[in-house]
Amino acid sequence: MKLDARLTEKVVFFLLLLATLVIVVPVFLIAGLIVKNGFAALSWEFLTQSPRLGMRAGGIFPAIVGTMYLVFGTAVFALPAGIFAAVYLCEYAKESRLTRIIDVAIVNLAGVPSVVYGLFGLGLFVVFLKFGTSILSGSLTLAIMSLPVIVTASREALNSVPQSFREVSLALGATRWQTISRVVLPNALPGIITGAILAISRAAGETAPILFTVAAFYLPRLPQTLFDQCMALPYHLYVISTQVPNLKPHIQYGTTLVLILMILIMNLTAVFIRAHFRKKKQW
Amino acid sequence: MVDETSKDKLVVKDLNVRYGTKEVLRQISFAVRSNEILGIIGPANSGKTSLLRTLNRLNDNDAAFSMSGTVTLDGQDIYKKMAPHTLRRKMGIIFALPTPLPLSIYENIAYGPKLHGTRNKTALNEIIERTLRASFLWDEVKDRLDMPAMKLSGGQQQRLCIARTLAVEPEIILYDEPCSGLDPISTAKVEEAMTLLTKQFTQILVTNNTKQAARVSDRTAFFLTGELVEIDETQRIFTVPCDQRTEDYVSGRFG
Repeated sequence: MKLDARLTEKVVFFLLLLATLVIVVPVFLIAGLIVKNGFAALSWEFLTQSPRLGMRAGGIFPAIVGTMYLVFGTAVFALPAGIFAAVYLCEYAKESRLTRIIDVAIVNLAGVPSVVYGLFGLGLFVVFLKFGTSILSGSLTLAIMSLPVIVTASREALNSVPQSFREVSLALGATRWQTISRVVLPNALPGIITGAILAISRAAGETAPILFTVAAFYLPRLPQTLFDQCMALPYHLYVISTQVPNLKPHIQYGTTLVLILMILIMNLTAVFIRAHFRKKKQW
Repeated sequence: MVDETSKDKLVVKDLNVRYGTKEVLRQISFAVRSNEILGIIGPANSGKTSLLRTLNRLNDNDAAFSMSGTVTLDGQDIYKKMAPHTLRRKMGIIFALPTPLPLSIYENIAYGPKLHGTRNKTALNEIIERTLRASFLWDEVKDRLDMPAMKLSGGQQQRLCIARTLAVEPEIILYDEPCSGLDPISTAKVEEAMTLLTKQFTQILVTNNTKQAARVSDRTAFFLTGELVEIDETQRIFTVPCDQRTEDYVSGRFG
């Protein structure tokens, strides 16, 4: 009897460990493979030059710049909208049928496939609003895709600010907005920023939403205005992997490595912000 | 003879309060006189805290809250004639648990005055020293005003909260069991501060500690399951109350 229990314990332990390894191993395989094969491609020229000879030589500079534009554009549109919506839902809206419908809508929005966002952006921004295939359309599409995550993360951050802080502020004669802007938001901001960076870094790696709204196969010059198309790393990767024959594989690996590094840097920033403020946090 | 100092500051008339379908206060009517300390005693769930939260409208954001009756401050209906933030500035509250904001001692007290437009450094410094002295905290913290307020002891935090409330110069201060988490020495300091504050403020003290009401309040009201059983001079409540239930409660026979 006693032996059985010990045996069960060992089997369970082994199974749990196995499950964990199944999750972790692919991460290391992917990272290792990309770094091993892509590192050779990384050079100053690769990072700062335009592609040449039909993508078979040169660098990926325009795609890097394009992805940065899109990340910035997404942040500009998604951050205020997401944060303000979360503030409204947490601090102003009373529990009602409407807020419940909004809750359901946000959850469902988070589950919409990214290609659907792409088609939606094509329909609304590119065609209907006549923004054309442009950085503006692409940023707005990515922003809408990031919104549910930003709103959800912001609401969690706002809800984690103790109710007593609000009551203290109100009791001292502050209006609701004074309370929100001076007490609630400053204390919720690290959580909000962390969630927002993670959401936007995900958007940076998406291909489908930018496919119809902004991404260009190849541009001879960098975009000049919001209404220009731009190249972007995920789309560039897709193009060189499927449309360009006889490409040296290290260019693909190099492009992947740059994309992953950019996303990694954003995620690390988020982790750093969270760790930094958790240490400072007193409640 | 009408004594000028004992005129009614706050008048509650036929107040009923509900949270959803739960009735927490029934037909409450009483008046609070200027510069008195009114003690409110009663067992748990007698509606004391709900009363305070109704008086300074902290219930406003609670969707389940509903009320009828009137509350007037200096003759003005606080629900019909005043904006909530205007009212709350005049009606400060000290909560049961000390609630410093995650700021320094200095910034905690400066929070209120800054809200209301005091930016001048000298003026702020003056307010901070004056209010900390009034709450008997100055000597303990004067050299470390930049320290996070959350690092203070519970008793110090509660006195900081009193100083913070004083800093917005309210007319009435509500205390919601302010000493429930404090040791006897801290409690004594808070009570001493309250006694001295009667010169400038009208104070309402909700307490679970009947002895505390006996020590500090001028008059005492006894609440039981949402009703005001009796309100009278503290001495009478504790010696010759009119109602048998009051007598039972103050003598410790129930509750």
